[in-house]
Amino acid sequence: MPRRHFTNRRELEEHSFHPAVLLAVPLCALFLHAYLPRIWEPLSILDLPMIIVLYFSIAWRNPIAGTLFGTVIGLLQDLPGNQFIGVNGIAKSVLGYAAASIGLKIDVENMATRVLMNFVFCLLQSVLLYLIQSILLGQAEAHPRWVHELLRAAINSAVAIPIFLLLDRTRMDSVL
Amino acid sequence: MESFFSRFKSALVLVAVLLAQVIGLASQMKRANYAAREDGHHVRGLRAWPAYTIAPVESLLKHMGGGVRGVWHSYIDLRHVRQHDKDLQYQIDQLRLREASLAEDARQGQRLQRLLAFKQQYVGKTVAAQVIGTGGGDQGRIVTIDKGSNDGIRPDMAVITPDGAVGKIRDVFAMSSQVLLLNDMSSGAGVILLNTRSRGILRGGPGGVLIINNLLPDERIKAGEPLITSGGDRVYPRGLPVGNVIYMKPDPDHQPYATIAIKPAANLDRLEEVLVVTEVSQQLNTAADDDQEEGKKAAEVVADRLPGLKKADEKAGDENAATSPAPTLPRPQPAIHTDRYSPGAAPPATSLTPGAPNTQFVTPTQHTTPNAPEEP
Repeated sequence: MPRRHFTNRRELEEHSFHPAVLLAVPLCALFLHAYLPRIWEPLSILDLPMIIVLYFSIAWRNPIAGTLFGTVIGLLQDLPGNQFIGVNGIAKSVLGYAAASIGLKIDVENMATRVLMNFVFCLLQSVLLYLIQSILLGQAEAHPRWVHELLRAAINSAVAIPIFLLLDRTRMDSVL
Repeated sequence: MESFFSRFKSALVLVAVLLAQVIGLASQMKRANYAAREDGHHVRGLRAWPAYTIAPVESLLKHMGGGVRGVWHSYIDLRHVRQHDKDLQYQIDQLRLREASLAEDARQGQRLQRLLAFKQQYVGKTVAAQVIGTGGGDQGRIVTIDKGSNDGIRPDMAVITPDGAVGKIRDVFAMSSQVLLLNDMSSGAGVILLNTRSRGILRGGPGGVLIINNLLPDERIKAGEPLITSGGDRVYPRGLPVGNVIYMKPDPDHQPYATIAIKPAANLDRLEEVLVVTEVSQQLNTAADDDQEEGKKAAEVVADRLPGLKKADEKAGDENAATSPAPTLPRPQPAIHTDRYSPGAAPPATSLTPGAPNTQFVTPTQHTTPNAPEEP
């Protein structure tokens, strides 16, 4: 039975996934992100692509991979909408980089840590989006709705936990 | 130097990626009112990928869901159908009567407006479409419909439901299109408040609310006042219901204007089927009337439309029929004492000579007063 040999903690906690998972999960998240609000409009508060970016960035613990993955998912998220292409791309690039960097330093397998990380990163994304819209794009009507953003962060954190647990089962190294 | 790049490799990659995207954003910002307009060629090419990959799946899911709902509605939920059918038939009869009188009023109004050369646009031809997806997230308010350029859809066409205006077409692909909803922050529509006749611009506000913020506070504007499209934006045909006023309050950011919040007539959060206005007509169904009225003078058309005038004319016509069969223009009475100003006394302008003596204007029958000095 093949076994992987790890030399340090970082290598131990770097997880790998089957390419089909890496392809199917983000596409599924992007599809649901566009489709669920049609069924029930309040579901537009969910940001499944962000949850997926956070999970894979944390799992890989590689800032470059996290940055590029966040960029691709963010750009794909911008395509079906009417916003500038790159708004979510920039925000999720930073998110992927930050999540992968933090994943190197703290234990991200803990449930409480995961909830807190999702909450904080969701708020960070809201701040980034606001800054991009108000400073880079000069959209004067981009008023922050912080109560709404706090609610969004709380809901996305709650939804992220079962998704994280589900995705934990797709790790290739956990099977070995 | 090498150690610098290897040490800050991750940060440099992040900076490079961010820089590339900022440049990409800057190149898109050349277009004014970006979110409300159709994309340029290159951006539309990018946006076409999700349209061609996601839209078919969404359409399939929509039809599957429709099939399940169809089974429920067709075979299971058939209680009280006969009574419901009777009620609906009664409502249809009532609506037909009402529609006939309204159509007559509308035709009359339109004829009078045509006399003033005031053209208006009405819904001419529509294409029914189903909503199959959204733009995702709550930053932009757009939905995807299952009709595209193959069905004659083009950008900036109005999208409506029987309840009222919904939005306009933004990007069009072969088999799907994006609809920019009225409550998107980049959206805009010309509206009229029905009671006060104030004209305003309807916009989407934060959180997907509809607002008008270009009107001054007016205490005549009350909650519940209905709004219709004005037709002035050349997108939405005139007269479509838009919504009702919820409240009006001063706008602290744009003094002295007020913010008027509007509740949309159509349920923008739960759209299922919509109609795309593919053709607008300048007039209602007045072809037959046009044939009759062609060649008539404006005054006669007005007289036809105004019963009181018509009757009076008819009576006068009956009385005059015996004496003067053909109506003629009134002529002035002949002058008792003709002078240079009398009708027919002045020679035609073509026969006048510049610098000639004034005697040309004196007619042979000119009357001279006794006290007037005689000319040499």
